[in-house]
Amino acid sequence: MAKLTIADLKKIKEDFHQGIREGAFRVKVTVHMGTCGIAAGARSIMNTIMEELSTSNLKDVAITTSGCAGLCSKEPMATIETTGEPPVKYISLTEDKMRKIFAEHVAGGKAVPEYALVVGHETTY
Amino acid sequence: METTYRSNIMICAGTGCVANGSLKVKNALATELIRRNLHKEVKLVLTGCNGFCAKGPVMVVYPEDVFYQLVKPEDVPFLVEEHFIKGRLVQKFLYTPPAEKNTIPVMNDIPFFKHQVLRALRNRSLIDAEKIEEYIARDGYLAAAKALTEMTPEQIVNEMKGSGLRGRGGAGFLTGLKWELCARVPGDIKYILCNGDEGDPGAFMDRSIMEADPHSVLEGMIIAAKAIDAHYGYIYVRAEYPLAVHRLQLAIDQAMDRGLLGKDILGSGFNLDIEIYQGAGAFVCGEETALMASIEGKRGMPRSKPPFPVVKGLWMRPSVLNNVETFANVPPIILNGAEWFSSLGTEKSKGTKVFALSGALNNIGLVEVPMGIPLKTVIFDIGGGIKNNRKFKAVQMGGPSGGCIPLSLIDTPVDYENINKTGAIMGSGGMVVMDETTCMPTMAKFFLEFTEDESCGKCVPCRIGNKTLLSILTRITNGEGREGDIELLLELSQQIKDTSLCGLGQTSPNPVLTTIKYFRDEYEAHIKERRCPARVCTPLVKFVVDQEKCKKCGLCFKACPAGAITWEKKQPAYIDPEKCTKCKSCIKACRFWAID
Repeated sequence: MAKLTIADLKKIKEDFHQGIREGAFRVKVTVHMGTCGIAAGARSIMNTIMEELSTSNLKDVAITTSGCAGLCSKEPMATIETTGEPPVKYISLTEDKMRKIFAEHVAGGKAVPEYALVVGHETTY
Repeated sequence: METTYRSNIMICAGTGCVANGSLKVKNALATELIRRNLHKEVKLVLTGCNGFCAKGPVMVVYPEDVFYQLVKPEDVPFLVEEHFIKGRLVQKFLYTPPAEKNTIPVMNDIPFFKHQVLRALRNRSLIDAEKIEEYIARDGYLAAAKALTEMTPEQIVNEMKGSGLRGRGGAGFLTGLKWELCARVPGDIKYILCNGDEGDPGAFMDRSIMEADPHSVLEGMIIAAKAIDAHYGYIYVRAEYPLAVHRLQLAIDQAMDRGLLGKDILGSGFNLDIEIYQGAGAFVCGEETALMASIEGKRGMPRSKPPFPVVKGLWMRPSVLNNVETFANVPPIILNGAEWFSSLGTEKSKGTKVFALSGALNNIGLVEVPMGIPLKTVIFDIGGGIKNNRKFKAVQMGGPSGGCIPLSLIDTPVDYENINKTGAIMGSGGMVVMDETTCMPTMAKFFLEFTEDESCGKCVPCRIGNKTLLSILTRITNGEGREGDIELLLELSQQIKDTSLCGLGQTSPNPVLTTIKYFRDEYEAHIKERRCPARVCTPLVKFVVDQEKCKKCGLCFKACPAGAITWEKKQPAYIDPEKCTKCKSCIKACRFWAID
């Protein structure tokens, strides 16, 4: 194996940086994976996000899953939360819609209103 | 380029969790993730000791930072389905603090973790100990690069002295000063040595660091080697630590491969080779001169100092020996500066200290806390208090060389000076907590059995003195104590401390001295009243039920394996001395201290 230089150390640090273990994410993407979501195709939405994330090389995005969001007829759904912004819920997703949302909202920071259901949290007591 | 994963499962593969079956859980997870087709988005990582050993096997799931405990292989399919498919926390494996009902999902909200400050253990639960890239990704080897290319040996020494880091093996000598003394000694061959011969009963700090973050030890050694101009180093590890030896060797091989050890490290022109030397497990080999004799292939016996090892050490060459935890503290000091390090701690004790909590605590495990933290916080907040609703009696700090600290001193700040004032020592970091069922003379006897066994026999005070201490303690606990035994113990202890050759003998009477200092009444009860207040010393227990204290519950009756107890509802129990085998099952079962 080739001997490392100090520049190599920094390159390795860049490549292997495990952002998801450090906390402090800019964006959190939640794919709703209740029975309804899974039946409606949430798995392919998740796969699309993972593909996009791999190719984008973004380090500050957390991807997680959660249960049914309560609007089973509008599944597959995903919620995108950006630090300092209210969360945005997207409905009736397809792979193409998800790609566009990823590029514009997750990477670009601008929500995609035509696919969004609502902005903000539900009221919880 | 690493594959992108949405989640990382960090499974603890420290010795404690492996013994609890964490590798089986890992295999079950690997199988289940493939079956569920999640293996490309969820990554499994084996880490070193997470610290919360009492709850093993433990795992942390990122990005959620969720802490799962006591997971068994058969639970894995349920866990994967709930957490990774449905995105729900699995309540069953979340931590619940003692005496509370609600679970705490997030790792850093759990009191055990919340009060800790991780410096020596900075990569705990965050990296795979067997992958050098993961260490490098957490700023690994950047400090070595800085020391080798941007700093002179004097600058390194000054940074270390400025930080105030003191030897974590127990003696607490200033690390920077030790390096400076060695750097000043002329010589073309010098050695950098790492002491991984951890041997105190109840101590596992160094093992955990070597298992969890072996590269941090190597990096600390590279920096020290540059400071003293050494080009060869040894890590002395006891052979009873096979996992530590395995991971250290793997780390050395990986570093050699990448030019982080060997010739011309990182193109700086500096050379350093490091070799592991496995010790046979003699306690005395943790003493510096005995350790060096052992590496030289001689019998592990200390010699008198001076000359000190910084002048004449291994093979009579100038050598610096530091403890594992000391080396692990070095890289962040070089990267972040002396001031960063000394910002934590007390006036004379800077930084943090790693402790191994064991004994009668709810939360047994490995913790790192800032110097100066009250002992109470460590035992009651981090340690979760005493098991089975019993009462705290004392904590033994510093193993066989240390002493016990009683409840009245529970507010003592944990730093070198304040702990020494109590008669205990900081030591390498073992904390053994005892409740009211511990008999203090018996505890002192236990440690004396250890030191008597481990004494190398070179000097008379240690060889004969400790044996005599042990025989006096034995007769006290056998109910044959004599008037004047306490004074005899005190006098002999002082003589052993004053005249022994090395640290082993100079400290071995400490458990005796501190138990007499704080629990003299227990010794007197043994000697004068022929009574063991903790009901531990069998010859001093009468095995009679106290009719007034007996609550007539029948627990002793159910526990007795010899059928020696008669009991009926609403009647106090009675022990038949003819049938009683003095096994103490009834004493353990009784909740009201009704059996004497």
